[in-house]
Amino acid sequence: MTDARPLLTIEDMRIHYDSVRGAYKVVDGVDVEVHRNEIFGLAGESGCGKSTLVEGILRLIEPPGHIHSGTALFRPFPEDPERSLDLVQLDYHEMREIRWKHLSYIPQGSMNSLNPVMRIRDQMTDVVMHHEPGGQNEINRNIAAALEMVGLPESLGALYPHELSGGMKQRVCIAMSMLLQPALVVADEPTTALDVNVQRAVLETIAHLRDQMGAAVIFVSHDLAVHAELVDRMAIMYAGVVMELGTVYEIFDNPQHPYTKRLIHSIPALGGPRERLESIPGMAPSPLAWPEGCRFHPRCPDAVPACSSATPRTIELDTGRKVTCHLFDPDIDLEQGSA
Amino acid sequence: MSEALLAVDRLSVVFKDTGLFQGNKTTVAVDDVSFELPSEPTLVTIVGESGSGKSTLARTILGLQRSASGTVRYRNRDLSGFRGADWHAFRREVQPVFQDPYATYNPFYRIDRVLKVLVRKFALASNDSDAEALIEDALRAVDLRPQDVLGRYPHQLSGGERQRVMLARVYMMKPKLIVADEPISMIDAALRALFLNILLDFRDQGISSIFITHNLATAYYLGGRIMVMCRGRMIEYGDMDQVVLNPSHPYTQLLIDSVPSHNPRHRWQEERSEYAVDASEFVFSEHACVFEARCPHAMDICHHQRPPFVTADTKAAQQSACFLYHDEYRPDQA
Repeated sequence: MTDARPLLTIEDMRIHYDSVRGAYKVVDGVDVEVHRNEIFGLAGESGCGKSTLVEGILRLIEPPGHIHSGTALFRPFPEDPERSLDLVQLDYHEMREIRWKHLSYIPQGSMNSLNPVMRIRDQMTDVVMHHEPGGQNEINRNIAAALEMVGLPESLGALYPHELSGGMKQRVCIAMSMLLQPALVVADEPTTALDVNVQRAVLETIAHLRDQMGAAVIFVSHDLAVHAELVDRMAIMYAGVVMELGTVYEIFDNPQHPYTKRLIHSIPALGGPRERLESIPGMAPSPLAWPEGCRFHPRCPDAVPACSSATPRTIELDTGRKVTCHLFDPDIDLEQGSA
Repeated sequence: MSEALLAVDRLSVVFKDTGLFQGNKTTVAVDDVSFELPSEPTLVTIVGESGSGKSTLARTILGLQRSASGTVRYRNRDLSGFRGADWHAFRREVQPVFQDPYATYNPFYRIDRVLKVLVRKFALASNDSDAEALIEDALRAVDLRPQDVLGRYPHQLSGGERQRVMLARVYMMKPKLIVADEPISMIDAALRALFLNILLDFRDQGISSIFITHNLATAYYLGGRIMVMCRGRMIEYGDMDQVVLNPSHPYTQLLIDSVPSHNPRHRWQEERSEYAVDASEFVFSEHACVFEARCPHAMDICHHQRPPFVTADTKAAQQSACFLYHDEYRPDQA
């Protein structure tokens, strides 16, 4: 990493949804950094807040949801790496200028996010015209190049979305996200509804974004096997907080947090010995009332008395890897829960 | 064989599309499929990409879909000859589990009703306290606590819990066969293992299952037999370990090669998106192999003749519908 300043620094992000029963604290204090030119994975079960977190930094949270507190410092300018924008503080118009140009988004089920009554090329032209108006020929060249990068022919630009298959629509969305060569692309479950063959093509396309265009990618998926295939570093989220964060090798070779361990051991692998898989007992807690202490303790087989009384700190292990668990905190009395 | 629990023989299912704009179009969803489930408890997993006809095959086996030709025989009796009482008996012994745990419940009724209706319809218990005991026993068998579930409405349960209530329902019936169509695609990874383990336990208790999935890692975990479908055709069938570890049909090879490795040190090496495109992008002919347009090993014959379903391996543990395994067509023989 030539540049020490991360591309995106999220600090103490809290996103709440207000209701008559109280605030749903869907994201409840997340600290994450994304570096330039890396694929950063966000993993966790449904309801852990991973999609809400990225929607927060993209400023797509609608009432009754709101960003309660936190900062997301974004440094998209390579010529001035110190200059940062706090994505949380930007107003509507400033955010509009950032989107597509510096920060783009491949939404969950993005195949349904294309306008059904516009040709692909016209939709892509709209994106370019808003940010970098230019001649039609030049724009068409850019569109053709973007489509080619995702392995689609230029002629496809003349088609309507319903004429494409799911995987092709997904790749059109990826091409669109790359049109203006943003520094950061957020991909939220881009392969969830796709077949394995198409999934592989889409994942290879996302790897291209980084390898050829130099973009950083935040990749959100509940599927750990896909993370193993694609990402460089990853965070495991549970109940609105990050439980473990490290490189993909650290997480898969040597998971530390009891939750990460259980999660990795609950997914079947292809080939190899057939051991009985362990599921995680119990169900995910409600964001209305997270459990006291560690949020995973009611389901955790390794829980000690401290886990139900004190909130665990995030402990930094070797090589910058982080674990939010009392078992790794040298300063805590595991039987009592007092530091 | 009269011993088979279920025998599917040359089954085809055709959909006619009388579109307003496109004229008449027929889609062959299931194309000449034959297989058998032996009478001893067996797990058969059907895999294939979307549009390969696996759900249609399941629906036809359940008697929810009419076939165009061929037969489905349950305990040596043809489904097409069934009358009311036969269906009642069939429904008791063959139980479905569907994909979407959110759409299978009536939101107006409590969970109890799904289970109680069953007791009443099939006279599973003679009095109320027996019925309650039966229901509670079934819920415990799928790792649910009765007091957490009973008396609640479907929207108060998670997807994983709803899918398990469906399994509890199946358990109460003590069926001979479960037909599960993508039952875990909508539940969380941590709970999938639980669901799969329940199916394995059921097998040990003498219940056979037909399990449909597009997730090969899941299929492998269940073991048993595997059927690979592509565009309505069964293109490979055999023992799970044999097929997964040593796939013979190029389509099976493609599928298995596309499964994420689960190990960041063994990532996909070369890119292979060239022919890993969607099935829907191709037109299929009756006079060619269904995989011909995408096959890296396609030979001349593949474009104008259909491979018959033949034995690919000397052991019958694995069969594959591919000309590569007909010696006279192999390129090195020509």
